[in-house]
Amino acid sequence: MDFSLTPDQQQIRDAIFKLCEPFDDDYWLKKDKAGGFPEDFYKAVADQGWLGIAMPESVGGAGLGITEAALMMQAISESGGGMSGASAVHLNIFGLNPVVVFGTEDQKTRMLPPLIRGEDKACFAVTEPDAGLNTTGLKTFAERKSDRYIVRGQKIWITTAQVASKMLLLARTTPYDELTKKTDGLSLFYTDFDRSKVEVREIPKMGRSAVDSNMLFFDGLEIPVENRIGAEGKGFQQILHGLNPERILIAAEAIGLGRAALRKASAYARERVVFGRPIGQNQGIQHPLAKCWAELEAANLMTFKAASLYDNGKECGAEANAAKYLAAEAAFHACETAILTHGGMGYAKEYHVERYMRESWIPRIAPVSMQLILSFIAEKVLGQPKSY
Amino acid sequence: MKVLVPVKRVVDYNVKIRVKSDQTGVDLANVKMSMNPFDEIAIEEAVRLKEAGKATEVVAVSIGVAQSTETIRTALAMGADRGILVKSDETVEPLNVAKILKGIVEAEKPDLVILGKQAIDDDSNQTGQMLAALLGWAQGTFASKIEFDGDKILLTREIDGGLQTLKLNMPTIVTADLRLNEPRYASLPNIMKAKKKPIDEKTPADYGVDVKARLEVLKVTEPPQRQAGIKVESVEQLVSKLKEAGVIG
Ligand SMILES: Cc1cc2nc3c(=O)[nH]c(=O)nc-3n(C[C@H](O)[C@H](O)[C@H](O)COP(=O)(O)OP(=O)(O)OC[C@H]3O[C@@H](n4cnc5c(N)ncnc54)[C@H](O)[C@@H]3O)c2cc1C
Repeated sequence: MDFSLTPDQQQIRDAIFKLCEPFDDDYWLKKDKAGGFPEDFYKAVADQGWLGIAMPESVGGAGLGITEAALMMQAISESGGGMSGASAVHLNIFGLNPVVVFGTEDQKTRMLPPLIRGEDKACFAVTEPDAGLNTTGLKTFAERKSDRYIVRGQKIWITTAQVASKMLLLARTTPYDELTKKTDGLSLFYTDFDRSKVEVREIPKMGRSAVDSNMLFFDGLEIPVENRIGAEGKGFQQILHGLNPERILIAAEAIGLGRAALRKASAYARERVVFGRPIGQNQGIQHPLAKCWAELEAANLMTFKAASLYDNGKECGAEANAAKYLAAEAAFHACETAILTHGGMGYAKEYHVERYMRESWIPRIAPVSMQLILSFIAEKVLGQPKSY
Repeated sequence: MKVLVPVKRVVDYNVKIRVKSDQTGVDLANVKMSMNPFDEIAIEEAVRLKEAGKATEVVAVSIGVAQSTETIRTALAMGADRGILVKSDETVEPLNVAKILKGIVEAEKPDLVILGKQAIDDDSNQTGQMLAALLGWAQGTFASKIEFDGDKILLTREIDGGLQTLKLNMPTIVTADLRLNEPRYASLPNIMKAKKKPIDEKTPADYGVDVKARLEVLKVTEPPQRQAGIKVESVEQLVSKLKEAGVIG
């Protein structure tokens, strides 16, 4: 067991921190206030070839593992980019994994290179207002009409739908009551975002205002058959394939955010003098900070254990879920502690930690809730009856 | 034109240095190491010369422990073409570094050697000058700008009170100052390409150099703690305080 980064991995971390330097606290503070996609940041990441980090070399990627992708995403978040920085590029990194695994050669060469070059932005449309976490209950319907599908229905919370030119869509192709196996009947598509057939409404939300999340109303979106990924009716299984890496990336991003908060809090605790001494000299201030460090680093170990299992082709469901849960909670505590350490200044936007706090809610809720993770672990690891 | 750039592995500039308790040196265990920042500037300049079509090949050399290959990889990821590692577990003093570099220059026959003006670990600021003397080449130290004038180099250096421009005959030695350029960060495709670029491994003995130390370090200590200052109310008080401290007569 060697827990240290290899020189290559260290180099990735260093290079990302350097790339993020121009996108400093002020940049993200302004983005948070004014909103608007961080286009220049996205372009810098794309231009330096980072979007293809975990994509195969055959389509222009670097062919590295989820471990390296997680290091990259963590560094973006840790640099102060937080979830705004991470979410701006998140989907490009691993979102199209179903195309890598289940796509035809034609689909791979058509779909992946423009995404890696940053020319295409994609969004991932799964969640629906009436289905929630129960993905097999999705209702948005893609009806087959000769060489195309016609899509009608609704999606909610779809991130980057304001700026995306492409959409990875999970939709029903067989009505639920005609199925013998209830996990069948959904199909996966990667297609043009035709805004004349999809109405997009942004959801005003608590944080990360630079990266939008939206309601989508599909009114006859046409998808050519050649944009269906893999077999019809097997979309749910294809999505499952990419869930663990996605959890690992989110966990790494959350830890990065928590570290950014802890860095700010530690610096403030050293410098702020009250009662004639730095506030950090009080154990009431320093112990919570130390506890946050311990929680974040423990979550980080679980995250990279899960990543290492995945990269070695081993089962990692329990670890990836546990990592997401631990990382989200640790990041949240770190942000909360950072605000309390700053006292009144923690509530002021210019000290940044309140922004981190608002962003730290995202990994707690999405892409899967704490409750569902615990239900999963209880069932799969501890042999309890399935509860969902 | 071939350019040789020596790169040194040093404690990262962000690391808070700790002196070993026995005062024999600085604690290097579990400390982040990086390329000497002035050497990054030197590599950047060489790579820019290559991109401008002036240089044909950029060779990065590092002298030191086996992990110095990581420093060479960083140089390769920035755009150097190949590397040479001269492996030594001993501390190699500036004169010995210069002697090894002289051996490499004789074997590689570069037209230009760009070094950092100093390494941030020992701040010696000697290697470039010593190498120029050993080779009998021209030297332009503390370069803040490098231009070409036919087959000569016009080199701008920052000196007290202004800028000085030197015209240097090739082959020549240049040492890089902070304002020469702003080094790039490695892109992912270049990091991947760097893995495939060759690194030759040599020893000081290959160049007939004995790296035995000629200097003896007596002790290494932390800089003295700065005393807190005082605030003065007026110019008169300032003058009297300075007189008290014996700073002015
Ligand atoms: C900022 C943000 C960005 C997002 N981006 C995307 C995106 O790009 N694409 C996309 O498809 N989705 C996206 N989502 C949606 C996200 O994945 C869902 O919000 C999440 O999966 C939870 O689903 P829900 O909101 O419908 O909650 P619900 O399913 O309604 O659950 C509500 C609560 O009930 C609990 N609960 C439900 N069932 C059970 C049970 N059986 N046992 C115990 N507890 C239960 C849940 O844990 C939760 O606490 C995003 C969400 C947010 C907040």
